[in-house]
Amino acid sequence: MSYIPSDILAERAARGELQAVGRLISRAEAGVPEVRTTLAAIYRRTGAAHVIGITGVAGSGKSTLVAGLALRLRQVGDKVGIVAIDPSSPYSGGSILGDRIRMSELAADPGIFIRSMATRGALGGMARATLEAVDILDLAGFDAIIIETVGVGQDEVEIARASHTTIVVSAPGLGDGIQAIKAGTLEIADIHVVSKCDRSDANRTLMDLKQMLMLGHAAAASTDWQVPVIGVSAYSGEGIDALVTAITRHRAVAFRSAAGQTRRLAIADFRLRKTAENLLAERFAAVAAEGAPPLARRLADRDAGPYTLARELVANLLAWESKHE
Amino acid sequence: MTETGPIRMLLAKVGLDGHDRGVKVVARTLRDAGMDVIYSGLHRTPEEVVTAAVQEDVDVLGVSLLSGTQLTVFPRIFALLGQYGAGDMIVVAGGVMPDEDVAAIKAMGVRAVLLQDTPPETIVTTLRRLVAERGAR
Ligand code: B12
Ligand SMILES: Nc1nc2c(ncn2[C@@H]2O[C@H](COP(=O)(O)OP(=O)(O)OP(=O)(O)O)[C@@H](O)[C@H]2O)c(=O)[nH]1
Ligand SMILES: [Mg+2]
Repeated sequence: MSYIPSDILAERAARGELQAVGRLISRAEAGVPEVRTTLAAIYRRTGAAHVIGITGVAGSGKSTLVAGLALRLRQVGDKVGIVAIDPSSPYSGGSILGDRIRMSELAADPGIFIRSMATRGALGGMARATLEAVDILDLAGFDAIIIETVGVGQDEVEIARASHTTIVVSAPGLGDGIQAIKAGTLEIADIHVVSKCDRSDANRTLMDLKQMLMLGHAAAASTDWQVPVIGVSAYSGEGIDALVTAITRHRAVAFRSAAGQTRRLAIADFRLRKTAENLLAERFAAVAAEGAPPLARRLADRDAGPYTLARELVANLLAWESKHE
Repeated sequence: MTETGPIRMLLAKVGLDGHDRGVKVVARTLRDAGMDVIYSGLHRTPEEVVTAAVQEDVDVLGVSLLSGTQLTVFPRIFALLGQYGAGDMIVVAGGVMPDEDVAAIKAMGVRAVLLQDTPPETIVTTLRRLVAERGAR
């Protein structure tokens, strides 16, 4: 079969053809040069979708919650895109992408598009092409786009710099509020969810979290937005309505208030830096493949220090830049 | 590996077939060979499986069948792939089935049938070869 140019796929995706949406995301993930101009053109046509980030430690119930949430958002008429990220194995580079299996009740609905992604070594909780996938789904007319991050450990909080609304999921029985503070996820939430509220120990987690937040607020007391703490059970459906209400209210803040404006600028700033970083890393890899071996030999021979030789390697990068302009 | 990254694979179980031991073994084998693997879970319909394969834009859709339903499942799968404009997807099968059915589903377009006692390396090399033969897309 012949190779269909990416801009033709983009037109098909804009008409809602799911195969084209899927293929474009694959090309974005592969980073093929041909797709990059198309992605640039796509980006300029986006911005309408409400991007919702969902994060929380591994096993806290993110995927199950995303499924329940997507169903409810469908009922109010939104088309829902989902990008679900799981870690790649550090040993083989492969992965078993397990989020989708928790969302199988969504399988039959053409108004829901689920895409699984492996981190492929990217840090921060998302994959390199996650935000490009979000753009493509935005182009295809999905109104709400949910990003499920990998189960975060510490410092993996980039999602707050990528979404209009960030939801942090905490499960009962995984330690007290200190855990959330250590993970750095207490501050990034626009909405806190305590999952698995069908369990008896959930109340304790709710109380803990509310208390931690109250302490924080005394210090920060600004905002047009009070961060709610919502208990949800994806099993019984309890709390999902309250969550959807909170999301809808926050969408209004994100799209219409001055604070929302500031947030959008911060999102653009993050996107710009991250993309530049990836570009640099890519080019550096190309330059180092050629330039590093002779310098490494000199380093091994104690001919010069690592800092001196590293500067030479970086100089190669700049030379490469001017050659390829 | 393709030049553009790990091979993406959807492993699917269709219908009432509850045998999932083999498919789970295969999932781990392929992950350990560096592929991205999505497992559908049990009891999916052909519609659900094909929709997932198209959204995920996998290189290979692999269906595991130990229930004897291959002659009804694959025509449906190919019809649906056609409707989505996803005719370039590589479809393979595994599990348990008689020789005449293997020939029949190959005639329908199933590119490889890897039944019980297939060594893991054979599964990996077969999938890599099929994806390499297909080329960029
Ligand atoms: C274990 C087993 C069970 C277990 C299943 C446990 C489980 N969770 O998986 C239990 C006891 C539950 C069971 C139940 C039944 N079973 Co049973 N079962 C078997 C048995 C003995 C072994 C299957 C197995 O696990 N093999 C080990 C794995 C590793 O091998 P595998 O699945 O073949 O997978 C390998 C390859 O096929 C390949 N592969 C598999 N999938 C894929 C996919 C892709 C994409 C690729 C590339 C490769 C690939 O790679 C794997 C590794 O090499 C087989 C007999 C046999 N010889 O196969 C019967 C067998 C499959 N069962 C059979 C039957 C009839 C049943 C029942 C209907 C019995 C009954 N009357 O109740 C029920 C149905 C249950 C249901 N809902 O489906 C028949 C099926 C006949 C048919 N197809 O026409 C068989 C063949 C026995 C027989 N000779 O009659 N069964
Ligand atoms: N009791 C109860 N269990 C739940 C609920 N939601 C999810 N679980 C269970 O929690 C476990 C993890 O659920 P997932 O949705 O996969 O969690 P996750 O955060 O997406 O996991 P990772 O993606 O691996 O980080 C599963 O065993 C679920 O069945 C709930 O509302 N109540
Ligand atoms: Mg998950």
